[in-house]
Amino acid sequence: MDCAWFETRSRTEGETLMDCLTEFLLTDWVYATVSVVVVFVILLNITILMVWLERKIVADMQDRLGPMRAGPFGILQTVADGIKLLFKEQIMPSRAEKWVYLLAPAIAVITAFLMFLVVPIAKPISVLINGQIRTLDFVVMDLNIGVLYVLAISSIAVYAVVLAGWSSGSKYPLLGGVRATAQAISYEAAMGLSLVSVVMYSSLADIGGVNNGLSVSHLVELQSGTLENIFGGRAAFLLKFVPAWNVWPLIIPFAIFIIAALAETNRAPFDLAEAEQEIVGGFHTEYSGMRFAMFFLAEYVNIFTMSAVGASLFLGGYHFPPFDGLVGWLGVFLSFGVFITKVMAIFFLFIWLRASVPRFRYDQLMTLGWKRLIPIGLVWLVASTLVLGVRQFGFPDWVPFA
Amino acid sequence: MSDLQVPKEGAIQSPVKNLAKGMAVTLRHMFKTIFRGGAITQQYPKEFRQKPDRFHGRHVLNRYPDGMEKCIGCELCAGACPARCIYVRGADNPTDEPVSPGERFGFVYEINMLRCVFCALCVEACPTEAITMTNLFEMSTTNRSDAIYAKAELLVDEDGTPNHMFPDDELASMEELTEADGWMRATASQGRAAYDGTLAWTPSAGVGLRPSESGQVSGETASEEEE
Repeated sequence: MDCAWFETRSRTEGETLMDCLTEFLLTDWVYATVSVVVVFVILLNITILMVWLERKIVADMQDRLGPMRAGPFGILQTVADGIKLLFKEQIMPSRAEKWVYLLAPAIAVITAFLMFLVVPIAKPISVLINGQIRTLDFVVMDLNIGVLYVLAISSIAVYAVVLAGWSSGSKYPLLGGVRATAQAISYEAAMGLSLVSVVMYSSLADIGGVNNGLSVSHLVELQSGTLENIFGGRAAFLLKFVPAWNVWPLIIPFAIFIIAALAETNRAPFDLAEAEQEIVGGFHTEYSGMRFAMFFLAEYVNIFTMSAVGASLFLGGYHFPPFDGLVGWLGVFLSFGVFITKVMAIFFLFIWLRASVPRFRYDQLMTLGWKRLIPIGLVWLVASTLVLGVRQFGFPDWVPFA
Repeated sequence: MSDLQVPKEGAIQSPVKNLAKGMAVTLRHMFKTIFRGGAITQQYPKEFRQKPDRFHGRHVLNRYPDGMEKCIGCELCAGACPARCIYVRGADNPTDEPVSPGERFGFVYEINMLRCVFCALCVEACPTEAITMTNLFEMSTTNRSDAIYAKAELLVDEDGTPNHMFPDDELASMEELTEADGWMRATASQGRAAYDGTLAWTPSAGVGLRPSESGQVSGETASEEEE
């Protein structure tokens, strides 16, 4: 077999078929395809696990047992539910706007998966292949506008809810869609402000950094090691034991991010768009069978992605100081474990809040968004701008005692 | 509840403090459920909840220990029934092979379980304690006519075991029918003859029976002693 089958050149002398195959697998588009498939499979499986975990944990918090029948401890319950939904009849309301109605679940699923593109899931590793050093980074697409991309996609995700609500031709979905619109617009701003804080703080830590301060991988890379690396000699000895995660200096933006992420993913206590007690199922009332399953899947993929973004930008992503020094594949696997642990920790917080906090009233939702989170975020932004400016240019002349 | 504190009027509640308080409660319950088995759920088909005393389950028609039917076909149960769900037709006892000790016996006996309100007025009305209620409660059917229990299902066997509507159904558990007896095998007013004078008998067939009270012998021990 000729190398031309894989690549647009013929096989050179001494090259084995295996070399050809390795090279083929490392061509950009093949590598991208493989990582997409891997991430897709991981997301699907983790979603199944998350749904089960949420049901179990909420049940435990409410003195119940949760799913127990399908598989050990009911772990196959989600699979059973999925199969059931797959075979259910798909009903479309006669007054639905057909194409928009069909488009909405697709938008939900596609945007949910798209958002995960920029999140690195494990430490990059350098390997020697065919005498060349290749760096395998475990991120599908390391966009240099990563943070903006996350914000952009999460805004598009709102279209799924809005269009589903509007196109169903029914009053409860419409109400859910309208609520989702207002909620998303309110909390998008707060989330943006909290993410800007991360970028600004990282520019402080990024000494002589390259010009890709918005790339999520880069922001994660800056959180390696301990705080000692950043604050240097002036810092106390104890900082040696504090990981250099953004959450310590940015605890307030982190809180804003968590609240905004809850609102963005329509989770309790911000689940006004699908408030069962008031408006049936909200935007997905008129969806059944696999179309409903797509909304359900998208919701959990969104939660996972938001948790992953939070873990990456605030909790140091795959970094955990004791494991940072490890090289080779062991380091990669451990860093992946660290990443998943952090994501699941945030997800647990989501579940915990859902089991503890009642739903907000609509005016409370708006008050929290516009009168609390956005002002706090703005003040934080202005303050960090001042700190950064002073650090870079010194105090201006008119400041006394400077 | 000591946890509940009514806030003073006009007092400013700290949302962070209240949130922490609420989340502490859920976390405490989670650990309690996981590590100390605090879940109140009972896994119904696997385990059965303890039934209260005098539980009104489905009816049975009892026999005397010699195998004679207790029902004498007097139709007092049908007359007492507020839901009009009992249909009885008596017949004269065959002189050579009597079914019941009396003049007549219950020739046809049907209870429509869809109409029955489980008030046990039929039990009160019965002069011979022929009809009693049990702890059996699983009576779902897929067919209206299956909900009408005829004499074949209502009448207990010679050993006091009640009959099942669908004995061949894989969901029907014939074992739970024999789980306990007492009343159905009873001759003495308190239950089975061997238990006369002791309180260890269980009053009803079915699952989810109460454990014997302190000072009593459990039903199993008593039956072993009997043997």
